[in-house]
Amino acid sequence: MATKIFKHIQTSVVPLPIENIDTDQIIPARFLKATTRDGFGNNLFRDWRFDGDDNPKPDFVLNNPNFSGKILVAGKNFGCGSSREHAAWAIADYGFDAVVSSFFADIFKGNALNNGLLPVQVSEDFLKKIFEAIYADEHAVVEIDLVDQFIKIVATGEQETFEVNPYKKACMTNGYDDIDYILSKKELIEEFEESK
Amino acid sequence: MGQTLFDKIWDAHVVSSNEGFPDILYIDTHFIHEVTSPQAFDGLRTRGLPVFRPKQTVATADHNVPTIDQHLPIKEELSRYQVDMLTKNCKEFGIELYGLGHPYQGIVHVIGPELGITRPGGTYVCGDSHTSTHGAFGAIAFGIGTSQVEQVMATQCLLQSRPKRMKIEVNGKLHKGVGAKDIILYIIAQISAAGGTGYAVEYAGDTIRSLSMEGRMTICNMSIEMGARCGLIAPDETTIEYVKGREFAPKGEEWDKAVAYWKTLYSDADAQFDEVLSFRAEDIEPMITYGTNPGMGIGVTQHVPETASFEAKEQGSYKKALEYMGLHDDETLLGKPIDYVFIGSCTNSRIEDLRQVAEFVKGKYKADNVTVWVVPGSKQVQEQAIREGLDKIFDAAGFPLREPGCSACLGMNEDKIPAGKYCVSTSNRNFEGRQGPNSRTFLASPLTAAASAITGKVTDIREFLKEEELV
Repeated sequence: MATKIFKHIQTSVVPLPIENIDTDQIIPARFLKATTRDGFGNNLFRDWRFDGDDNPKPDFVLNNPNFSGKILVAGKNFGCGSSREHAAWAIADYGFDAVVSSFFADIFKGNALNNGLLPVQVSEDFLKKIFEAIYADEHAVVEIDLVDQFIKIVATGEQETFEVNPYKKACMTNGYDDIDYILSKKELIEEFEESK
Repeated sequence: MGQTLFDKIWDAHVVSSNEGFPDILYIDTHFIHEVTSPQAFDGLRTRGLPVFRPKQTVATADHNVPTIDQHLPIKEELSRYQVDMLTKNCKEFGIELYGLGHPYQGIVHVIGPELGITRPGGTYVCGDSHTSTHGAFGAIAFGIGTSQVEQVMATQCLLQSRPKRMKIEVNGKLHKGVGAKDIILYIIAQISAAGGTGYAVEYAGDTIRSLSMEGRMTICNMSIEMGARCGLIAPDETTIEYVKGREFAPKGEEWDKAVAYWKTLYSDADAQFDEVLSFRAEDIEPMITYGTNPGMGIGVTQHVPETASFEAKEQGSYKKALEYMGLHDDETLLGKPIDYVFIGSCTNSRIEDLRQVAEFVKGKYKADNVTVWVVPGSKQVQEQAIREGLDKIFDAAGFPLREPGCSACLGMNEDKIPAGKYCVSTSNRNFEGRQGPNSRTFLASPLTAAASAITGKVTDIREFLKEEELV
């Protein structure tokens, strides 16, 4: 089955300079009762974004009209905690195509890659530069190129390369699917089972 | 060169390994539950695929279920729909379901081990990060997302890159009142909530070795709270004795064959780890967390760290955490009034946890300001507790024994901690809103939770032990 293709984006960004953002913050457990993949974006960062009466909290960045864009930039250890893929669905459904951080939790990273949402791990230093660029100009533009594996702050020209598993890169740039790949090896699975 | 335990098990499950690709890893048993499976079943339907090995798939309902009146229909509509959906999907795809009302129902990480499904040398996955629990048997076990749940349903395999290997040794004799939960909270506090990311962690050393299987499960359960891919402990006589005779454990000749294999499962003396850490059991106090991730833990007599002790870039996140918790720099938690005590979750809801709490609270009564929930990990744990008369001890102490489920660990059912209230919880996460919107969680051991319920405030269990000569 084909999946979403990602090669290159250039967009303004949304800054969230908080460390250890866990998946319970990204999408609280009480919103995990849906049985489809749609609509989680409405509850992205629900309890940071809305108060108990569902009114938007003006201090939260997603409620600040000065910030928008397809890249979320966050502090280190992003996506820790629960394995809920709903977190990746919520971020993608809200409209983000990439998340930039200096460190990602393992399971979140895998979930994001499986949903066409690119996790871009940068150095602490580069992360700081992105935040500085955003706070200097709210409309600062960042370019991410998956094919050549670099991220660039367009205004300053500063850039850094990033790592991505070559297999997952091929999947994301071509829309390949893990299940199709494994099923192409079905005879090996059956041989393995017989040899046990 | 010798191999690590992790590599021995991994290598025995590699179906295909190709340069530039993740390995195709064979999964022995896939556990599923109601929350992270419906979209995966839908995916199979869209693809027109069956579940590849339904007999190696085990389902239960745990995250959403009420913990009182389980014989009645679930009141909350969305929860009921999700649980019904699991029943329908399991029927359609031929999967055994230990649903509500079934004698084997319970938290997925409690029932796998207690039924003898989890065994040394196996590979186990589930759409739940606390799948690391099963590693206590000397197995590779980890949590996956729903796309991967679909992948395992469709192929009984998972694409995975081999993680790095870390060994964490704990040696020495634990102080009285200090147990498995304190060990793991201590380790996470030392290495942080991200300190294990990218690693498979093997726990070793004589302190770990001295733990029961249930204690070992508590340790491996929280491996994910330091970011580790999984945690595991080499099997030994304690492991073999635990598995023996359980419902789905091998029997007769199969058993002898299995045990002979299990005895080969250890890290060779010259095995290389990417990282080795050592801790002394004597350094570990009863632990409690004060912040909003499990790495923010201290000995119960210690003070909350000062903001200035953190690097400048970390101070914003630290202040946010303290503000959420209603705490300030250098505060001591000892004596802080609390509102709730939750004893349960896949970390601490097994029979030994309940026995330990019952032994401690016998003849005592909870403080007036505290509501206590004791939630067994499974129907079998609940039945065992009743057979042993623990329910009566709990009732007399104001600690009602409820019915099994994940409950207030994540508050997907009605068991939510109200906004602003403090809960001493034996669960595994103290994230903002984890136990209910704006709830405040102090993670601790079952003994610390029980003692705090009796006094109505955060308590050093050792103060009681001085008087009582308890374990």
